[in-house]
Amino acid sequence: MGEQKDTTQEFEEALKWLSQEKYVLRLFVAGMNPKSLQSIENIKRICETYLAGRYQLEVIDVYQQPILAKDGQIVAAPTLVKELPPPLRKLVGSMSDTERVLVGMDLHIVMAGTVDHPAETKTQKQKDDGAVL
Amino acid sequence: MTEANTADINSASLEKSPTGINGLDEITDGGLPKGRPTLIAGSAGSGKTLISMQFLAQGALKYDEPGVFVAFEENAKELTTNFASLGIDLNDLTARKKILIDYIYIDSSEIEETGEYDLEGLFIRLGSAIDSIGAKRVVLDTIEVLFAGFKNYAILRSELRRLFRYLKSKGVTAIVTGERGDNTLTRFGLEEYVADCVILLDNRMEQQIATRRMRIVKYRGSKHGTNEYPFLIEEDGISVLPITSLGLEHIATKERISSGIKRLDNMLDGKGYFRGSSILISGTAGSGKTSFAANFVDAACRRNERCVYFAFEESPSQISRNMSSIGIDFNSWINAGLLQIHSSRPMAYGLEMHLLDMRKIIDKFQPENVIIDPISNLTNVGTENDVKFMLTRLIDYLKIKGITTLSTSLMDNEADGQAGQGISSLMDTWIRLRMFEEGDERNRGLSVVKSRGMAHSNQIREYLITDQGIKLKDVYLGQTGGLLMGSIRAAEEAREKAETLVQQQENERRKRELEKRLRSLDTQIAALRSEFETDENELNRIIGEEELRREAADKGRTDMARLRKADSLLKGS
Repeated sequence: MGEQKDTTQEFEEALKWLSQEKYVLRLFVAGMNPKSLQSIENIKRICETYLAGRYQLEVIDVYQQPILAKDGQIVAAPTLVKELPPPLRKLVGSMSDTERVLVGMDLHIVMAGTVDHPAETKTQKQKDDGAVL
Repeated sequence: MTEANTADINSASLEKSPTGINGLDEITDGGLPKGRPTLIAGSAGSGKTLISMQFLAQGALKYDEPGVFVAFEENAKELTTNFASLGIDLNDLTARKKILIDYIYIDSSEIEETGEYDLEGLFIRLGSAIDSIGAKRVVLDTIEVLFAGFKNYAILRSELRRLFRYLKSKGVTAIVTGERGDNTLTRFGLEEYVADCVILLDNRMEQQIATRRMRIVKYRGSKHGTNEYPFLIEEDGISVLPITSLGLEHIATKERISSGIKRLDNMLDGKGYFRGSSILISGTAGSGKTSFAANFVDAACRRNERCVYFAFEESPSQISRNMSSIGIDFNSWINAGLLQIHSSRPMAYGLEMHLLDMRKIIDKFQPENVIIDPISNLTNVGTENDVKFMLTRLIDYLKIKGITTLSTSLMDNEADGQAGQGISSLMDTWIRLRMFEEGDERNRGLSVVKSRGMAHSNQIREYLITDQGIKLKDVYLGQTGGLLMGSIRAAEEAREKAETLVQQQENERRKRELEKRLRSLDTQIAALRSEFETDENELNRIIGEEELRREAADKGRTDMARLRKADSLLKGS
């Protein structure tokens, strides 16, 4: 019985830890084509929904900075690189498949337990838009 | 040469980008299609990366065309290390901005697909790499890794199509490598996208020996060699050996050179072999093939010519030792720098390697004469056809260089008229050594089976291997007209000698007898002469006396008459 409890405790601690962890994300896009715009929109929505207040998203146009494409080992566009927390993951595509995005970001575990935090969305969004433009 | 060829082609036809790889430019008639992508397909370890890298390195060094190497499998450091052993200094080339290596790392485990995407990242990296060094050549090795990293093949395929269009629009000469598929040229059907030039590499095992081969599957807008060409990977990169690079265009000289055996020269129209011809000496085990070769080497070195001896059965020191037993000192020729002996086991490496090895040694040493002992051992290495091809190439090559080649060939049995590998047709002179068993012994006999361009002897001659080299013996024919050899010949020789001796003695005896008779006759003549003289004297004396007597008588009668005043006297006065 005690074991069971420990496991549950551990799980809850992990949940807590996960829900507190800071996400560092970089989205590489190739110009402002529909796919790029769609991916920016989608990832922002997902981040706001699941990572409100604890993510940092940088949008990079590889046309402007090709060297970053080389350094970041970018092949496909758009590519979202989850630099933190480890492990490093690359999410390619327009981010329209939310479930796959969450799988890629290791967020699918906490998905059920999380709640929306619409309050913080606004400030974060302005910051991101600045990076894009 | 390739550049000249390219220049000859009129401007309307396809421009070529020379690879600078030995032989490859010959079979592609000048190189890869300029400004277009070429697919090189092959199984693992067939040399795709090497050919590609050599293409870039040669372009950078020889043709002033910088190149971008997009590596999907190895990173720059690994590539640098790997190619350092093949004489390509990538550190130097990248530092001089002649070559740029971009390592693209794709790991499917860290990639999650979340919708529509394209490979614009790859395009951008490629584009910036090309622009940064002004690249004229691009290698993508191997682009199929994309198929392992991304799951949406529909996107991949359309992106690949776009990639090849992009490469063309950039005007770069590109090589794309692909892994060999089961039923297709490449596992992911890259050949669908590359329409201009497809080269297939192959590394086949035959009889436990690997031979690398190359074939141009297609080459749009250009003539090209259609065969499978063997190629080698060596310390200085790839060499392709096109059979087409050789032909029957060599110039035949009338110069004759000695075989090293005086009486064999006599059999060959009195003058020996033609310079630059190919000579085959075939025979069973122990028939003295190597000794014949050694005699030839010895004669050549005496003429101050260089010889290379390729031995496939014995080590150099073993040959030297063995040949010293027949009075031929190889060591002194080696020390004089006139002779090189190269020994290797035929099975040590593939035929092509042997051929190239031999070519290299020949090119370096520039010999007038080459010995291959024995040529038949090379059959162990490949199939009959392979061996024949290789020997054809080798002999053509030697003939073009004007090198006299003496090859030995081991025959399995006496009755076998074949010299093995059907190579006799390649040979200008074929001397066959045979063992004759008769009267409990084996004797050696040679015959000139053929010798192009000369009236050669057609007699079978016995020869002995002596401590002064090979000696051809006189011909002895038996009672029935057959050739006598060995002890029978020796017996015949002895019998003849004995007969001569007896004859000689008999003659001498008769001579003495006759001389004696003559001498006795002489004495008889002398005796008769003295008798004759005595008788003559006697006769003269008698005649003289008679005269005197008659004179006296006459005088007396006259005196008497005068005294008597005879009538006859008056009458007479």
